[in-house]
Amino acid sequence: MIAPSGKHSLMILIPAFNEEGAIATVIGELRQRHPELPILVVDDCSADGTRTVALEAGADVISVPYHLGLGGCVQAGYRLAFDLGFQYVIRLDGDGQHDPAYVGLIRDTLRTSGAQMVIGSRYVNGDGKHTSVARGIGIVFFRWFLALILRKEVHDPTSGFVGVNREALEVFARSFPLEYPEIEALVVLQRLTFRFEEVPVKMRARMAGVSTITAVRSFYYVLHVLLGVLVNILKYQGSKRRI
Amino acid sequence: MDRLLSIIAGVSLLLIAVVLLNIRRAHIRVEYSVSWLGAAVSMLALSQSPWLLTQLGHLIGVNNQPIALLLVVGALFLIVFFRFSVIISELKDANIALTQKVAILEYQINALHEKPQAPSRK
Repeated sequence: MIAPSGKHSLMILIPAFNEEGAIATVIGELRQRHPELPILVVDDCSADGTRTVALEAGADVISVPYHLGLGGCVQAGYRLAFDLGFQYVIRLDGDGQHDPAYVGLIRDTLRTSGAQMVIGSRYVNGDGKHTSVARGIGIVFFRWFLALILRKEVHDPTSGFVGVNREALEVFARSFPLEYPEIEALVVLQRLTFRFEEVPVKMRARMAGVSTITAVRSFYYVLHVLLGVLVNILKYQGSKRRI
Repeated sequence: MDRLLSIIAGVSLLLIAVVLLNIRRAHIRVEYSVSWLGAAVSMLALSQSPWLLTQLGHLIGVNNQPIALLLVVGALFLIVFFRFSVIISELKDANIALTQKVAILEYQINALHEKPQAPSRK
């Protein structure tokens, strides 16, 4: 079983749903670059061999008994990491879009900046490639929308390449948005007067499978996230903002 | 007007019968049948009491009794639906927490089984 080691213990979290085609490569790359880091895959009741492939590649795997969705999976990983005493968790996707080469940068920024969350952003000195048109429009819209709420620009609000420290881990282990969690998570951080930083990363094309965010679902995505953000603003209890 | 009241009374009785039947067959838990039975009994009482319906109509500012009745019936069902939305949301939250807990416990149990036994002292 994975266990934290040292005062800067870090766990890699990979939520995965039907990622049989890419997960072994992602884990292999992580193992090659950071052999010391424990890797936890949360298998969201995949219909393919994601669990077996991940285990064979050397990761620890949690399998939820029914399909929870991205937020439920990520929260399961956060819960375990918090219970085990990890100081930091870096989450990346199992489809290969997030290059493990940037894990070190996110880890170092988490340690040195004091920010509770560090986001790997494809738009901070990045090239912004490998984004669908629908997602690109959504990113532009939410970038503008979140700037109004957070009073700080977020270049890549939908990025799932995210690191959190133990303070944020404690919050997210207790409560985490179920669907499309990235944007809502930022608003939750604001409510708690937590800080986030963005670091430049380059995203790659997914190695296998198809994105769950299709053109039709993009519309639902926008409505759902707007409602989620609104609810979180209503919950906001008022305090000095540090973001 | 009389026909509408009769139809609503009939629907109310049917609803009460269906709910009771489902309680008997254990398809609905008693605590979740209360909302439906309350709505059905209220509809029945309103349809059978012109005086009550008139008073209610005055209260909500609608002099037309059928419209007042339909408004009240609609409001009753909205309340029931809202109550069940709250219950479903609570159940979903509990379900997610349980699912995550089960997955984590399963992982920890598997890890314990895989752990090599320490040599026993003699």
